[in-house]
Amino acid sequence: MHAVLDVTAVSMNFGGLRALSEVDLQVHSGEIVALIGPNGAGKTTFFNCITSIYTPTEGQVWFTPQKGERTRINGMKPNLVTTLGMARTFQNIRLFKNMSVLENVMIARHCRTKAGIIGALFRPAAVPREEQEIVEQSYALLKYIGLHTYMNEQASSLPYGAQRRLEIARALATEPSLLLLDEPAAGMNPQETEALKHLVLKIRDEMDMAILLIEHDMSMVMSLAERIYVMEYGCLIAQGTPAEVSSDTRVIKAYLGEDAHA
Amino acid sequence: MDWQYLAELFLGGLTRGSIYALIAIGYTMVYGIIELINFAHGEIYMLGAFTGLIVASVLGILGFPPAQILILAALAAIIYCAGYGYTMEKIAYKPLRGAGRLSPLISAIGMSLFLQNYIILAQTSDFLPFPSLIPEFAFLDPVAHIFGSSNFVIVLTSSVSMAALTVFIKYTKMGKAMRATAQNRKMAMLLGVNADKIISITFLLGSSLAALGGVLIASHVGMVNFAVGFLAGIKAFTAAVLGGIGSIPGAMLGGLFLGLSESFATGYISSDYEDVFAFTLLVVFLIFRPSGIMGKAKVEKV
Amino acid sequence: MHALKKSLLISLWFMFLTFPIMVIRVNTIEHTVIWRWNNLILIGIGSFVLSLIWPWALRRREASRAKDSTAQAQVHILDRLAANKNILRTVIVALLALFLAIPLLGTTYQTNILISFLLYVILGLGLNIIVGVAGLLFLGHAAFYAIGAYSYALLSQYFGLGFWLALPLGGLIAALAGLALAFPVLRLRGDYLAIVTLGFGEIVRLVLENWSSLTGGPSGVSNIPRPGLMGMQLDVAQANIYVYYIVLVMAMITIVAVARVKDSRIGRALQALREDEIACQAMGIDRVGVKLMAFSLGTAWAGFAGVIFAAKTTFINPASFTFFESAIILSIVVLGGMGSNLGVILGAAFLVLLPEYMRAFSEYRMILFATAMVLMMVFRPQGLIPARGRIYHVDDPDAHSSNGGQA
Repeated sequence: MHAVLDVTAVSMNFGGLRALSEVDLQVHSGEIVALIGPNGAGKTTFFNCITSIYTPTEGQVWFTPQKGERTRINGMKPNLVTTLGMARTFQNIRLFKNMSVLENVMIARHCRTKAGIIGALFRPAAVPREEQEIVEQSYALLKYIGLHTYMNEQASSLPYGAQRRLEIARALATEPSLLLLDEPAAGMNPQETEALKHLVLKIRDEMDMAILLIEHDMSMVMSLAERIYVMEYGCLIAQGTPAEVSSDTRVIKAYLGEDAHA
Repeated sequence: MDWQYLAELFLGGLTRGSIYALIAIGYTMVYGIIELINFAHGEIYMLGAFTGLIVASVLGILGFPPAQILILAALAAIIYCAGYGYTMEKIAYKPLRGAGRLSPLISAIGMSLFLQNYIILAQTSDFLPFPSLIPEFAFLDPVAHIFGSSNFVIVLTSSVSMAALTVFIKYTKMGKAMRATAQNRKMAMLLGVNADKIISITFLLGSSLAALGGVLIASHVGMVNFAVGFLAGIKAFTAAVLGGIGSIPGAMLGGLFLGLSESFATGYISSDYEDVFAFTLLVVFLIFRPSGIMGKAKVEKV
Repeated sequence: MHALKKSLLISLWFMFLTFPIMVIRVNTIEHTVIWRWNNLILIGIGSFVLSLIWPWALRRREASRAKDSTAQAQVHILDRLAANKNILRTVIVALLALFLAIPLLGTTYQTNILISFLLYVILGLGLNIIVGVAGLLFLGHAAFYAIGAYSYALLSQYFGLGFWLALPLGGLIAALAGLALAFPVLRLRGDYLAIVTLGFGEIVRLVLENWSSLTGGPSGVSNIPRPGLMGMQLDVAQANIYVYYIVLVMAMITIVAVARVKDSRIGRALQALREDEIACQAMGIDRVGVKLMAFSLGTAWAGFAGVIFAAKTTFINPASFTFFESAIILSIVVLGGMGSNLGVILGAAFLVLLPEYMRAFSEYRMILFATAMVLMMVFRPQGLIPARGRIYHVDDPDAHSSNGGQA
C-alpha cells in the first residue's frame, strides 16, 4: 500500500485570512478516507489546494498515480493534475448544464484522447474511430452509474440526486487513480444516500481507486470511511478510524459544543 | 519648459476630465448595483446634447437671453434624459434580471444602436452646430486664452454636481439604501430596501449627470451629431475602469486622470493617436489591473 | 379597465418623452422650427398598443419557460426534417442549384447582394465559434475582417501578391492577430472581455486610419486587383460573377468546417469552456489552449472574408470596419441563435437580404436590427433557431430505451 496522495504541512492564506494551517493528510491506494468538519472549516479549500485550483501558500502536495512517478503537484495547472489521475466532483454542482448527459461524460474523455483541430477538419480514419470509442466508453460509464436512459437529456433537467451521480460519472471518465468527492450526498434523500454509499464502495472495489470524500452525513461517513480526518478552523484536530474519531473529545466539542450542524 | 503651454494642457485636461467623470459616474453606479455595463449610457449623453440643442434653439428663436437658455436647456436635457434612462431600464434590462451576463449586455448594445438610429431618423445624421450659450465672464479675461468661461463653467458645474451626489449617497436614507444594495442586493431586499426603486433611481441619477455633461460639452465644442455618444461613452467607461468600476469617487478620479493624461499625451506626443491612447489605457487596465488604480482583486469562490 | 388605464398612462409618458426629438425639428441655419405633430399621435397610438401587448408577451415568456423545464423537450419540426436524410439531401441540392444559377439568371445587382450575404455568413459562422460555441463575448470581429482585407490590399500593393496566395495568408494573419489578442485577455471573462475586444477593434481601425504612410489613412487603398482566372481578362460583370462563385465555395467550406469543429473533441472542449471554466479545467482541458483555439479559429474566417471583400470592391478604407460592423455581425449571431450554424445563416439572410429586397424599409434597417436585438434578448434569448444538442445513438442490447428515457 503506497500513498496515492501525500500532503505535508499545506497552508493557504487569503490576504490576512489563514484558511488552512499546516494540514498533513495521506490517502493510500484502495482506501476510502473521509474529511469532515463543521461548515467553514476549510475542507473545500483543501480540495481546491490539492486539485491546484488554488496554489497553496506553503507546504507540499505529492501525488503518485497508479502507473506513474511520485510527482509534486502543488502549483501545477489544474488540468494537468486531472491528466495525472486525480478527479473531483463539486460541492455546488458544476455540470455543463446546457449539454446532454452523455456529452458531459464525453468531455471528461478529453484528457485521454488526442484528436486535434486538423483531425476535426479533415477527419482521417482514426478520428471517427476515436469518437466512436468516446461515445461507447461514456455510455458504459453512464450505465455503470445508472443514468444511461437519460443520455440525450439536458444535464440541467436531471433531478438533483442524479446530477450528483452524473458528476461522479464524469469524474470517473478521466480515469483517475484518486477520486475526490465534495459532499456527494448533500441534498439527497435517505434512499439516494444509501444507493450512493453502495456506488462508492462499488467504484473502489471494481475500479481499484482511492477515494477521499468530504461529507456531512455522519452515518455515511462512519460506515464508508476506513480513516477519518477532522478539521476545524483550517487545522486538523483529529484523525483515525471511525471509532477513534467518534470518541475523540475535541471532535465532540467541535461538533456539539460550538456548531451542532451534523 | 513652457509653463504657459503646460498650464493650458492641464486646464484643458481638467475640463475634459470633469466631463468624463460626469459620464463615468453613470457607468459605475449601474455597474455597482446590477453588474451591467450599460452600453447605451453614452447615447444618453448624446440625447442630452440633442435635447439641449433643440430646446435652446426654440428658446433662441423665442428671444430668450443666452444665460437663461443655457439653464433651461440643461434642465430640459436632465429631465428628459432621466426619463430615457428610467424607461430604458424598464424595457431592456429589467426583464433580463437573473438571465446571466451576456444577454443584458447584448440588449444594451441593441439599445445603444437603437438610440443612435432614433436620432438619425427623427432628427438628422449630420453634424448640427450648437449655439454658444455660455456668457463671457469678465473676471476670466486675463486667462481667457487658456481657460475660457466655458471651461470654467464645465469644471464648476461638474464639481458642484459631483459634490451634491456625494452628499446624497453618503448622508441620505436613499443613498444609504443604494450603497447597501450595491454591497449585497439580496440582503438589502431582506432588510426592506426596494431594489427595483433603487435601480430606477440609479438610472435616473446617472442619466441626469450624463445629460448635463452632454449639454456642457456640446456648447463648449459647438457641434453635435448622433455618433458623439459612442466615443464619449467608451472614454467615460475607461475612466470608470481606471478608478475601479463600482466606485463613485473612483469614477471621478478616473475621469480626471484620463482627461489629464489624454491632454498631456496629445500635447507632448502626438494628436494623431488621441483616441488610440484612451483605448490602449482601457485595454491595458482591464487586462492588468481590472480592479482599477486603487482597487483590490476579487477571489472567485469555487 | 385597469390595463387600459395603465396603457394610456404609458402612452402619455412616451408622448412626453419623445416630444422634443420626434416633434420639434429645428433648422439651425435659418432659425425656423418645424412642428411634426403627427409623429406625436403615431407615438401615442404605437406605445398604447405595444404597452397592451408587452405584459402579455412577458407572461407568455414565463409560461413557456415553465413548460420547458418540466415537460420533455418536444421534437422540433426541423429535427424531424433533418432526421429524414432524403428530404435533407433534396433541400441541400435544390438550394445549391439555386445559388449556382442565380448569377447566370439575375443581374449584377443581385449577385452583389448575394456576395455580401455570403460574406456575412462566413463572418457570422466565424464569430459563432467564439461567441456561440465558446461563450466568449467578442466585440471586435470587424478588426479581423479589416486585417484580412488590408493584408490582401497591402500585400498586392507592395509585393504584387496575387489573390490566391493572399487568401490563405489573409486567414493566417487574422488567425495570428486573434492569437495575439487572446494571450493578454486569457484571464478576462464576460463583459470585461467584451470591452477589451471592442477596444482592440477600435485600436486596429484607428491605427489603419492614422498610419497614412502604410495604409493610405482615411482614404484607404484603391485599385486592388480582382482575382484572375487563369490569365483571362474578365470584365467587371464577369469578375463579379467569378468572385460570387469564390465566395460561395468559401461559404460552403466554412459551413462544413465549422460544423465539423463544433462536433469534435475540440468543439466539445469549447462548449465546456462556455458552460463552466473551472469544471472544464477539472476535466483535464487546458483552458488556455482552448481559448487560444477559439479566438484563432474564429478570426481566421474573418480574415478570409476580408480578402474576398477587398478583391470584390477593389477599394477599402477604415470606414468599412467600424464597431458598427462588429455589432452587425454580432447581431447576426444573436438573432440567428448563438451556437447554431443554421441559425447564423438565417440570421445573415434576415439582416442582409431582407432589407435589400424591401427597399422601403432600408432606412429603418438599423433601427429594426437594434429593436430586434433587444426584443430577442428579452423574449427569445436562444435566437431564431436555438442551438440543439446532438442526439447520440448507442447499440445496447440490454437497454430497451437507450435514448429519450422518462425524466
